[in-house]
Amino acid sequence: MSFRNLPLAEIQEPDKSNLFTPEIRESIEASIAKYPPEWRQSAVMPALSIVQDANGGWLTRELMNEVAAYLDMPAMSVYEVATFYGMYDLEPQGRHKVCVCNSISCLLNGSEALIEHIEHKYQVKPGETTRDGRFTFKEVECLGACRHAPAVLLDKVYHENLSPESLDKLIDDLE
Amino acid sequence: MTDKINIEIDGHVCEAAPGEMIIAVADRAGITIPRFCYHKKLSIAANCRMCLVEAEQGGRPFPKPVPACATPVGEGLKVWTRSPKAIEAQRGTMEFLLINHPLDCPICDQGGECELQDVAMGYGGDVSRFAERKRVVMDEDLGPLIATDMTRCIHCTRCVRFGAEIAGVREMGATGRGEDMRIGTFVAHTVSHELSGNVIDLCPVGALTSKPYRFSARPWELIGRDGIAPHDGLGSNLRLHVRGNRIMRVHPNDNEAVNETWISDRDRFSYAGLYGDDRLTAPMVKQDGAWRAVEWTEALTLVAERLKAADAEDMGWLMAPNATLEELYLAQRIARALGCPNIDHRLRQQDFSGDAVDPILPWLGVPVGELELQRGLLLVGSDIRQEQPLLAHRIRKAALAGARVFSVNPLTLDLNHEATQFVGTPARMLDDLAAIAKALGVGGSSAIRARIAASEPNEAHSAAAASLAEAGGLGAALILLGALAAAHPDYTALKALAQAIAEATRGRLGYLPSAANSVGAYLAGAHPGVRSGAKPAERLGLSTAAMLDQSRKTLVLWGLEPDLDLMDPTRAMAACSNADFVVACSAFQSPALQAAADVLLPIGAFAETSGTFVNASGTWQSFQGAVPPPGEARPGWKVLRVLGNLLDLPGFEYRDGAEIRDELAALCADASFDNSPRGDFMPAGQAIDSGLTRIGTVPIQALDGLVRRAPALRGVRMPGSEFAVYLHPDQAQAEGIGLGDRVLVRQEGGSTEATVMLDARLPMGCARIPAGVPGSEGLGSLIGPVGLERLTDSAATGEK
Ligand code: SF4
Ligand code: FES
Ligand code: FES
Repeated sequence: MSFRNLPLAEIQEPDKSNLFTPEIRESIEASIAKYPPEWRQSAVMPALSIVQDANGGWLTRELMNEVAAYLDMPAMSVYEVATFYGMYDLEPQGRHKVCVCNSISCLLNGSEALIEHIEHKYQVKPGETTRDGRFTFKEVECLGACRHAPAVLLDKVYHENLSPESLDKLIDDLE
Repeated sequence: MTDKINIEIDGHVCEAAPGEMIIAVADRAGITIPRFCYHKKLSIAANCRMCLVEAEQGGRPFPKPVPACATPVGEGLKVWTRSPKAIEAQRGTMEFLLINHPLDCPICDQGGECELQDVAMGYGGDVSRFAERKRVVMDEDLGPLIATDMTRCIHCTRCVRFGAEIAGVREMGATGRGEDMRIGTFVAHTVSHELSGNVIDLCPVGALTSKPYRFSARPWELIGRDGIAPHDGLGSNLRLHVRGNRIMRVHPNDNEAVNETWISDRDRFSYAGLYGDDRLTAPMVKQDGAWRAVEWTEALTLVAERLKAADAEDMGWLMAPNATLEELYLAQRIARALGCPNIDHRLRQQDFSGDAVDPILPWLGVPVGELELQRGLLLVGSDIRQEQPLLAHRIRKAALAGARVFSVNPLTLDLNHEATQFVGTPARMLDDLAAIAKALGVGGSSAIRARIAASEPNEAHSAAAASLAEAGGLGAALILLGALAAAHPDYTALKALAQAIAEATRGRLGYLPSAANSVGAYLAGAHPGVRSGAKPAERLGLSTAAMLDQSRKTLVLWGLEPDLDLMDPTRAMAACSNADFVVACSAFQSPALQAAADVLLPIGAFAETSGTFVNASGTWQSFQGAVPPPGEARPGWKVLRVLGNLLDLPGFEYRDGAEIRDELAALCADASFDNSPRGDFMPAGQAIDSGLTRIGTVPIQALDGLVRRAPALRGVRMPGSEFAVYLHPDQAQAEGIGLGDRVLVRQEGGSTEATVMLDARLPMGCARIPAGVPGSEGLGSLIGPVGLERLTDSAATGEK
């Protein structure tokens, strides 16, 4: 037996109707439907995203546990996923997320300048939130937009070919 | 089987099965390939890359070195494990692995037996090019058994896979990514799995080490001696690591047919019980209420005189079921030679009315290795993970392979696999079994016919019946009776019903032995109805219960504590005080023994005597003493031999333990393992269940005197291990008591105080009150009526 080719199911809560809100359950179910029935836990990533969005951009341990219960999987497996991927945050976030790519193509095309600029101008280090709570500044791995490096992910929208000035403009437009 | 193919490793032709991994073939051929993450009992992760080798197939070289643990063999495969390309790859991996590994071998407990150290010596370079800062990882608190130094972890994930695949709980995991990856529990909690200690052996580095052993010895100071675990009915094969006269730690020995490569925590850590300060180190005699240490000759002469003078009919011998075969055999020889047929080892059994028709040699019913091949299993009265941790693991394997598992129990088991559990009061257990029997269309023997006819199977019963019948049709159904069945007030009815179900499903019936040598006790004849060689005794003696009920004038207690090891401690202590003369042979002192006995004879405990255990499936496993017993204590068989001589009994001139074993083995030559009863079970049918019933489970670390004294194990909080009254919340409400209340627990003959805990997994009508643990001494039968009386209000401190 391997937990690579056989899901390690852990039924913690057969009755899912107490978990989350009906809307959240519905969107998680839509993701679950994409996988074979015995592989509910394949929907862990979309489920975490849905839950994170509904919680103001971050995940609490309780929420991760609830996702585990909802998908019949061990809580540990959810922690592993949530800590692995950069798009999940386990601490309170600002109103927006400014994610600057730090991988090779962007680095060669000036993402370091973007990072330095943000650090200076807004007085935040990667992972920190501006004092006014406007945004959290994150360094992320390759966004898959290398063709127009440097790339920045602003909440859910990609922005490419950025310079410090154009990035500033984007940030100025944030609430 | 598919055809074998031949592959070539380092120029040697090796036979392999297609699809096997290169490393497995190499291991068989004795060719060393370095590895960290690969383990033969775990799934393949291929994440350490230490096993890179050069290979070609059908004349076409693989473009890169391949991981031997994850590359299946095929026709025409050639492998080089020490070619320049392979060595370069291995060196490269080694260098990377050492980048973040602290070079703290001098203060690391794994030093000297560390796979990383060994492989670095054999395959690594001599200088590191890494001049940057190494990472540091916070340690985990995994409880009293496992010490952690997570900075040393090389992320092989063996411990993680062990949890997921063997233990069945995903407690450890790999969180974070890249440099931030770490192995741990993420949410701080201590592990409390009965097999958790195996990660100590699995961890190739010093990240997970044994806490009790920590910093107490170096591997090169230790001498390994083989041993057999003295607790559950499996008889795990052990490697005892000895320094001087002391066991420093215990590891498993591989034995596929018994314990595979695992041992339970109980087997691993119980050795520490040998080194408490309550060992009995000299023969002691009670004179006018005061204890006096005496010479062996004096003590034994006194015992011999008293035994000779005593009325043999009015004598009783109670033997611990984890005494060695040799001890049990000699003890019953002496008892029977003196004319006393009253000898028993079934200490925690309540109902003996089935004795006349019981199988003469009850056993597991199948070889241990075949447990995992069963397709349908019915557990009757067994908290299997606590009672038989590694048999539970075999059952889990069966379940994962698709077997259906059912249980009929007075509590909900914490199982790590799928199972249908019928949970109810002891009376309800009979009803559930009867219902399954009825669903199978069994009439049953006369005594249980009415009960079966009166039952009304529900869907679950019918489903269980159908699954078991289907499994039985494939020759793979097994019905197992455990310790809670043996403690049941109507064990005979349980046996009758289990037998009826086994017959109807064409399945087999098995008995889970209560201790390491329960099966051996039948072979030795330490049973009132069975003489040596597992033959019916000519003269029937009294069972444990009868001996205690009808107080004997003379009692011999062997390897047990009357207030903790018996069905009914109150009755046992009363029987001891009513007796004129009690001699207790024990490795330990205890206030109860001092109160109960007149003479205490110190005998060697586990690992201090040679001997033989016969395990659940009838395998004889002999062992030598690994360390000498402390002080004046002597191996039990020697004590009995001298006693036999002093009693002028013929045939007590044994020179060594092997001679005793051979003598018994000759008697056992035609003993056959057969669980079919010798007639119809006739349950007495006494009414049970008037009101609240105590369910006296024996926690895993309370099985016998040795584990009870192991300090590390005492610190592990297993479910229901603490002495308390566990009640269903509704039951508590009905009794008018709540969480954390102090109550007076009353059982026939005794009472004691306890705290109330709530556990919604218990059935109504039952109060789980553990036995064998401190606090339980004042109570009565493990399963029997109990009354609760609230004492005071108090802050709710308990938890489930
Ligand atoms: S703690 Fe040990 S067994 Fe677990 S991943 Fe790390 S090195 Fe491997
Ligand atoms: S490197 Fe920045 S998007 Fe790929
Ligand atoms: S042993 Fe093969 S990759 Fe680890």
